[in-house]
Amino acid sequence: MDVSTDLVSHHHAGHHPHQHDSGHDHHELGWWRKYVFSTDHKVIGIQYLITGLIFLLLGFTLMMLMRWQLAFPGRSLPLIGNLLERAVGPGAMPDGRMTPDFYNSLGAMHGTIMIFLGIVPVAFAAFGNFVVPLQIGAPDMTFPKINMASYWAFFVGGIVMLVSFFVPGGAAKGGWTSYTPLSVITDKGGIHHWFFNGQTLWLVGFILLITSSLLGAVNFITTIIQLRAKGLTWMRLPFFVWAQLVTAFLLLLAFPPLEAAIVMQLMDRIGATSFFMPTGLVVNGAAVAISGGGSPILWQHLFWFLGHPEVYVLILPGMGIVAEIIANNTRKPLWGYKSLVFAALVLGFLSFIVWAHHMWLTGMGSVVSAFFQTTTLIISIPSVIILSAFFISLWGGSIRFNTPMLFATAFLPMFGIGGLTGIPLSFNSADLYLHDTYYVIAHFHYIVAPGTIFALFAGIYYWFPKATGRRMNEFWGKVHFWPSLICMNVIFLPMFLQGMLSMHRRWYDGGQGWNIANEKVWGLSGFQWNVPISAAAWVMGLAQIPFIINFFWSIKRGEKVNDNPWQATTLEWAAPSPPPHGNFAVTPVAHRGPYEYSLPGRERDFTMQNEPIRDSDREAYAAAAAAHH
Amino acid sequence: MDIPYTTTARPDTGLWNAKIGIWLFLASEVMLFGGLFSAYVFLRLDALPGYWPHGLLNVPVGTMNTAILIGSSVTVVLAWAALKMRQFNRYKIYMGITILCGIIFLAVKLAYEWPDKFQHFGAYIRQDRLEKYEEYLGNHHMLERGLEPRVEITGHLHNHDALHDPNIHEYEVQLDQVNAAPTDPASDRPHFWPLPKSQKIAVIEKADVEHAEMFVPKHNTFFATYFTITGLHGLHVLGGVIVFTYFWLPIGANLYKRNPEHLANRVEVAGLFWHFVDLVWIFVFPLFYLL
Repeated sequence: MDVSTDLVSHHHAGHHPHQHDSGHDHHELGWWRKYVFSTDHKVIGIQYLITGLIFLLLGFTLMMLMRWQLAFPGRSLPLIGNLLERAVGPGAMPDGRMTPDFYNSLGAMHGTIMIFLGIVPVAFAAFGNFVVPLQIGAPDMTFPKINMASYWAFFVGGIVMLVSFFVPGGAAKGGWTSYTPLSVITDKGGIHHWFFNGQTLWLVGFILLITSSLLGAVNFITTIIQLRAKGLTWMRLPFFVWAQLVTAFLLLLAFPPLEAAIVMQLMDRIGATSFFMPTGLVVNGAAVAISGGGSPILWQHLFWFLGHPEVYVLILPGMGIVAEIIANNTRKPLWGYKSLVFAALVLGFLSFIVWAHHMWLTGMGSVVSAFFQTTTLIISIPSVIILSAFFISLWGGSIRFNTPMLFATAFLPMFGIGGLTGIPLSFNSADLYLHDTYYVIAHFHYIVAPGTIFALFAGIYYWFPKATGRRMNEFWGKVHFWPSLICMNVIFLPMFLQGMLSMHRRWYDGGQGWNIANEKVWGLSGFQWNVPISAAAWVMGLAQIPFIINFFWSIKRGEKVNDNPWQATTLEWAAPSPPPHGNFAVTPVAHRGPYEYSLPGRERDFTMQNEPIRDSDREAYAAAAAAHH
Repeated sequence: MDIPYTTTARPDTGLWNAKIGIWLFLASEVMLFGGLFSAYVFLRLDALPGYWPHGLLNVPVGTMNTAILIGSSVTVVLAWAALKMRQFNRYKIYMGITILCGIIFLAVKLAYEWPDKFQHFGAYIRQDRLEKYEEYLGNHHMLERGLEPRVEITGHLHNHDALHDPNIHEYEVQLDQVNAAPTDPASDRPHFWPLPKSQKIAVIEKADVEHAEMFVPKHNTFFATYFTITGLHGLHVLGGVIVFTYFWLPIGANLYKRNPEHLANRVEVAGLFWHFVDLVWIFVFPLFYLL
């Protein structure tokens, strides 16, 4: 086969304006079918991305509101307070002051929105949809209509969650974990509608979100198994595809038990059953008229059976993105590709048997505790393998520090801090003290905020040229990156201190009323640390403005680039930018692994997966093999 | 643009897309029902002695429904085989029988079994008043036999208003056989054939009752689990019936003229789902009706 016919399709792109010819549908789709009810994986990916980013911003806004209450408890919120009072009602913000119920709603919905409406849709659904079929050389997903259904189930689920802010009584207040029996007895009676109340809508919204991720997961796995390009064997898949495959399995198998639990909680709320309601429950001094016999701990088990794999749903796609960007910008093969793949698989498997480490304080007994402590410590091994492989990949590379790489590099220490601070929590003796404090908040936010969200930003900057044919502005990208990095650390580092000073994560007044938090660290008491933390949160809000402007500005005005602006090796860069419906002008064939950067004997420092093997390559492989032995 | 391997197998995996898709979907379904069944185990293990009821469901009817569902799993395979042999008329017959079986199953569940439970009443007696109702509970006899105590009196509620009217102070219950003759050795174990109600009427004071309700989901955790699982299972049966009907009516069956193999594949995939629904019932039946 001749190189020129098989190589990057941008050689052809200029001469073939009608690339739809590779497919069979010659008719043009209408605007609605093309941009709204589209079955094209790329459009769906972008829909997921934009919807998810809006939800991320919204979830962050909720937190910025909470930070006001934590820093200045009981003080009227200037400017926005009155607006909010009008929007969510005087029951939530009388005179611009936040009520405890509204604070609880904000907390519960911050967690819910960030995880299930922000990060999962962006990390898994958006990047998975847009990038995976391109990276495996497929024309689309295996089930395009189901793919569309997945997005719209997600969209409606998100709307239901949003609507819950405006029903009488406001949105769910039981935390993102919705622990029973509290979540069953809350939002009931009085002004609350039997169905249109915060907690019930939270449950209904969740069923839609679970449906969405189920449809997505089935689609992703089938696509990766069935639609890999010719020659793209399993060990030639980019690590990103592996990460998405494992993520899809986690979503497929971990979400349904939560769905079962949600159905049961709905029954408890609407049908007055007692799945999670213990015998003899007394609320406000009166016995509750229920049969009893249920188990509140059952909810925790079913919730965390999802909840823990969910942690890896949040982090694995981020690791996949970082892997691609590190290999691309160090200009050398990713170190330890096979170890990475197996570590991801082991991580996926182990994540199903560690869930009870979220429940040390439920009194589960020493044997069960010992089991879950052991599995929890074991699961840190594959995580460390992945992180180490990334660090070693940097070694000796001549690194290009463009915006994607800055975010990807920052991911490494940030994820590292988040991971290492989790180890004390995995021992139940240490966790007795740290449980439900700001230490826990800081620990998992280091993993998902400067960890996963930075990886997502990296991915957006990295694949933006593929989606639009234009690059995002580098200068404004750096203006986005540096303040975000600094603010993230100013926000979360002091929280470790606050936690070790015993500040509880759900205190409505930021710890003002508790002397326990008054011990001074670096001149500030646990409570006083809230002010710099909140200030950093608001500055970080401002730091996202350059990103938002850069994103939309670059769609139309960004620097025009060719199909492979980063000189990358994987197959998505062999498609035109933006790829047409059906993706590839010439169906790609893979001849080599995903990260053949700086292959000796080549005139360029990157060799794409679809470039046929030459004699010089064989010599290079032989030399490399000899060097290893 | 065409998606590859929609009807033909990919050479290295040996499968077409939807077959992988349905197995993945079923794996997730296993986890969904697994979650519910684990709740069953959890709640049953947690139940205080006597609080997990036995013998309240109609075993012969359940057995019949089991047979109907298993039979439909056979006919759906015959329908698929008929398509593979390109015998369209036989396909229509077997698929018709499958759909009919599904509808009968649902009808028995919704028109007979569930309403029958809604007409049945039970009152849990407070722990400190059990002795007062010894003639209906027979706990001395149970203790002698080494059996779990009885804490509930069941039967037909004569004064239905008593459930909601606070001015009525007692329940008049036409007793089930087990409470009418609690010391009869025949009452020690549940029966295959349900016994008719006795003519005996017991008066139970509300002050002695811990919790009383018709056999609706909130009656106890047993019925909560029973109605939730059979309800969700029923929805799955309904889904299967709708899909099969679509393949049976001309709107879906006409695919046969264009691409008979594609219709056969669709029936195979839907049939796999149907087998799963059948399998769930195979767990539901012993767990709720027999054990």
